Formats: sequence, structure tokens, C-alpha cells
Amino acid sequence: MHRNHVLIAMDAHTIAQGARAVRDALKRALDMTSLTDEVKVIETGSLGIYNRGVVLVIFPDNVYYVGVKVEDVAEIVSEHLIKGRVVERLHYTDVPVEKAAEMGAAPRFGKQQRVVLKNAGVIDPESLEEYIARDGYEALGKALTTMKPEDVIDIVKKSGIQGRGGAFFPTGLKWSFAAAEEAKQKYIICNADEGEPGTFKDRLILEGDPHSVIEGMALAGYAVGADMGYIYIRGEYRMSIERLNRAIQHATENGLLGENLFDSGFSFNLEVREGAGAYICGEETALIESIEGKRGEPRDKPPFPPSVGLWGMPTIVNNVETLANVPQIILKGADWYRSMGTEKSPGTKVFTMVGNINNPGLIEVPMGTTLREIIYDIGQGIPEGKGFMLAQMGGTTGGILTEKHLDLPMSVEALREIGSGLGSGALLVVDDSQDVVELVENFVEFFNHESCGKCTLCREGNGRLLELLQRINAGKGRMADLNLMEDLAVTMMKGAFCGLGQAAPVPILGCLKYFRDDFVRKIGAAEMAAAA
Amino acid sequence: MQDLTRVDEIVQHYSDVKTPLIYILKDVQKEYGFLSDVVLTHIAKKVDIPLSEIYGVATFYSLFTIKPKGKYVVRCCNNAPCYVKKSKEVLDAIKSYLGVEVTETTECGTFTLEFTSCLGLCAVAPVMMVNDEVYGNLTPEKAVAILKDYKMKGLSNA
Repeated sequence: MHRNHVLIAMDAHTIAQGARAVRDALKRALDMTSLTDEVKVIETGSLGIYNRGVVLVIFPDNVYYVGVKVEDVAEIVSEHLIKGRVVERLHYTDVPVEKAAEMGAAPRFGKQQRVVLKNAGVIDPESLEEYIARDGYEALGKALTTMKPEDVIDIVKKSGIQGRGGAFFPTGLKWSFAAAEEAKQKYIICNADEGEPGTFKDRLILEGDPHSVIEGMALAGYAVGADMGYIYIRGEYRMSIERLNRAIQHATENGLLGENLFDSGFSFNLEVREGAGAYICGEETALIESIEGKRGEPRDKPPFPPSVGLWGMPTIVNNVETLANVPQIILKGADWYRSMGTEKSPGTKVFTMVGNINNPGLIEVPMGTTLREIIYDIGQGIPEGKGFMLAQMGGTTGGILTEKHLDLPMSVEALREIGSGLGSGALLVVDDSQDVVELVENFVEFFNHESCGKCTLCREGNGRLLELLQRINAGKGRMADLNLMEDLAVTMMKGAFCGLGQAAPVPILGCLKYFRDDFVRKIGAAEMAAAA
Repeated sequence: MQDLTRVDEIVQHYSDVKTPLIYILKDVQKEYGFLSDVVLTHIAKKVDIPLSEIYGVATFYSLFTIKPKGKYVVRCCNNAPCYVKKSKEVLDAIKSYLGVEVTETTECGTFTLEFTSCLGLCAVAPVMMVNDEVYGNLTPEKAVAILKDYKMKGLSNA
């Protein structure tokens, strides 16, 4: 029995700020003071505090320390762990009071509700036992021993969950397409090729709770009749890859993956496939091409992957967050899931808040939370007293939201109504000190780089848009350029081969619509200078 | 003549994996530093895929390179979330410190400067990667100081 537990957040953000060195120093210090039997160090996923350096919590005292450096470790050990005195200069008190009672919960502001993230920052992601202790693999056991595959699909359909990769296609419906196919082999693919700028929800789910995704995949496999799954993940996500491989190994050793699970006759195996750096591989058919060892260029659709997918076989491609929801839907039922969120978009949504915001990071809120609540309550507003200019929801392909959208509920249907979407759930907040025309050039630079080159509209269109924007920003723009950009953007939306080329013009058109004056002013000044 | 036995071993290692080309290229690059014509031609023979196709794959993905790179590859992020946190100033400071443009390698062969796609570390933007290490909350001064450390390390290891 340990008298204290020290949870240290080991996620990509804290590692970028030196968490590994602090962890090592802590272990050394405990060793030197012979406290290793009394104090246990637990590495966990993100604790929900992102830009304040290395974060740790000491339980049962529930004391959060932030900005911890290697040289602070000795003081924390001697003062707090030996003498029981809080080290005030590192103490983080912005934790809501009611949280103090809840062992292991990450601090959160405003109305957050944790379903997908219920284990992240609470359990040791490398421990199968801790996942099981919090209902882990119960849903799989329940499904395999008491439910038919069609019952599983039925619950998922009734829950109304929609794909969290950005397209929000009904998950249950997708599964039913693959289930209806007659084939001797079917596949489940988890799309963990998270590359949309500003998005890191999948990474933190995988780093904080890898078993929830594995269990979701096994359930999907049972529902559609697939006995093999692949997790396609960015090669850059080293820690997620390591944790996934370890989790797969633990699950296999304990009979939760492999042959004849729960004596049901159902078998399911999993393999991790690493990407090699290509934004386009987040598109599901490009992803399939990449697993097949080819250039990740999107395929013609139809046929869609549930009919003809990996190696020509019926394949379900689901996002990490979607799959992480599935075990709890099976366990708690469709009505429970529908009790959260809005009627048309049930459940919670994980967002990543980035850009000019005081409290950046990962949050999970019920669908339908307003933009104002997200930015000002949970995100704690904009730094340095600056004003709000715009928010971009859904990554760099996302739509532009302005001041007049602050009270809009963030749900699939409300955003669809204004011609926008939730996309990947990345929310980029931009303050009013930024130059919007230069920001648009930055967006287009990205698309120009990431276009796979297969279709002319995306390959050439983004190149020409970039030229026009560079010209305007260099003070050589002409008023006619604005119409030219709009024409080109609309043509790309209508004619590009895949989602990348169709979505690339969205933020450009959004900025041209809401911030046209900024473009006009810049071009006007240039024209005047030229005439003088 | 370059020793290609490691290529053979790597191809053999993946003989049980279905469509393993990307894994083979990754491991071969790790071993040889970059994917030269000689190496790619040899892989093509071994796995029975046309060289043109393999070249297509090797030049499609950003983690593959067909040219040799510096000892330290500095990858700066300039995607929108880093951009609004002034990543361009960081990038400009790095360019002037190293004296190279993006995609170039310093004359001494110590550093190659590149862009990275979004690393998902936007809460500590702006960020950069040096080989496998990531650095967040950068300022122009902090970034240059980090690279100075690498330069010293490079000299002492040389």
C-alpha cells in the first residue's frame, strides 16, 4: 500500500516541455530518500493542463504542480512528500473545488463531460488492469456472450453516433453496409492518421487510453464479421505507437484479442500500420492505398470501402474518437448516449482549442455547447487583452466563424445550416492583431503543399490561389483578383476529386465573405501606390 | 560497390507482412541514411515491384528522402496554429542562424532545415523537432539557443 501517488502527465505536450527528465529525477530522488515503497509514481496521459510546463498531481492530497523543472524535484520530495508541506511557488490552484474530491480527475473548466476521455489522465495507460478496473472490456464480454452481431449494430444505430473523423456519417449505418456484404474476409481500420492542423484529440486518446480504441475495434469486428483490424497511425506519433503496441500485446496475452474470445467462437487480431508522412492519407481510400504499400492517392467512389476496401474486401474505416465511444454505448445503452448532446447530434465531442487562447488544449463537452462557452468559459478567453477576430472550426479545411457566431451551438446541424461543419474538432482562435489576408495565404500554403497531385483542380487550383495571395500580400494586388479567387475556389469545391480539394477553398471563401474589407483595403492601397 | 546485404535482410524480415513496401523503405532509410537510386533499384528487384512505382512511393511521403540529409534535421511547424503564435519569426531566426533556406542543408552537413506537418502539439505552439526530439513554446532566441547546443554536440561528437 502506498501512502502517496504521484501522477505525472506524460503526453506529447509535456514531453515537449521536459517531462521525461522530471520523471527520471523524481524516481532518482525517491530512491535516494528510500521512499519508493511509500510513494508510487504513475505515468499517465494528459492531465488537461497544456501550456504550463511539466504537470504532476500528488494524491490523496490532490495538489497540482505545474512548471516543474528537474531542479524543483528535490524540494517537492523533501517538502511535500516527506514533510507534507505544499510547495506554494509551483502550486496550481485553478482547479475547481468540486474536483478535489474526485480521485484522479483532471481539472476542467466550464461544462465539460467526460465519456471518451473518462480514463485519460486517470489511469496508467500502460496498465490493462487499470483499464479493466474501470469497466474495461466489459462491453466486449457482454456483446460476445449475450448479444448477436445485429444487436450490436442496432444499439450503435439507435445511439445516433456519427463518425468523429469529420464527415459525421452515421456509424451504425456504415457498419450495416459491411455486415450485409458476403465475403470471406472483412477488415476494420482505425483511422489514426491525425494530420489536420490543430487537431490532437486522437493522439491524446491513444496516449491516455489505448485499450478503449482496441475494445471499440473488436466490437466493430464482431458487429460486421471481421476478424482482422489495422490501426493506421502517423509515423510521427511515436508514443501512441509504442503504447498501442504494448496494449495490443497485453490484450492478446490476456485473451482479449486473438482466437475464440470469451469462448464465443469470435476471433479478432490487430496490427498497427505506420504512415510515412502524408496529410492526404487521412482520407479513407488514400489510407487504404497506403496500407497496400502504394502512394496515398484517393480512389474513385463508389464503390465505398464497406463494399470494396482493403485488398478489395469489405472494410470499415472509423476514427479513433468514434471507436473509443463504442464500448460505453454498448455497456450503457443508446438512451444513455442520447441523453447527452442535441437531438440530431447525440453524445459529447472532443475539441482541441488552439491559437490565441488562454487555456489551450483538449476538452470534451456535450454537442451543442456554444462557441462563446468554449472560448470564454472553458478556454478562458483571449490573451493580452486582445479582441476576438475569428475562429476556424475543424482544422485548416474548416469554416470561418466570427463574432456573430459566438452564440451558435456547436453541433453538426447548426453548423451545417451556415454551410460549415465541426470537422476534426480543432478550434483555432485568432485575435484581432493578426492580418487576415496573410493568414489566408498561410492556409493556402498548407493546401498547396499537401495536395497529392492526382487531380488538376486541387493541384493547380491551390497553386494559382497561392500566387494570387502572395501578390496581394506583396502589395501588387488588383481588385479583379478577388473575383478570380472566388471563381477558382467555387470551381474547386465543385470539381475536385476528393475531400481535400473540395474543402480547401472553404476557409478562403469564408474570409473573403466576412473580411472582404481587409482584402479591399490592402489592394486599394497597392493600386493607389501604383497610380502615384 | 555499396554493401546491400542489409537491404536483403530487411526485405526478408517483412516476408510475412502483407504489402510491406513502406516498412521496407523506412528501415532501409534508417540503415543507409537516404534512399539512393542504387538502393531503390535493388529493392525493386527483391520485391518484384517496378522501380518507377517504388520511386513514386519514395517521393510521395514526407518521411522518405532520396537525398542525403544533415546530421540533425530541424523540422519547423508553420501550420496555422503555430503561425498565429508567431512561428514565422522563429523560422526566420533559424534560417538566419543556419544560413540556409527550407529544404537546404548547411555546408558543414550538420543541419538540414525542413517544414513539418502539424505535430499535434499546438497547445505549446510554436514547435519544432530536431531529429526525434520536440521543442515547444519557442521564441526566436530559444530556438537559436537549442540549435547552438546541437551544434556544440555535433562538434564534440565529430
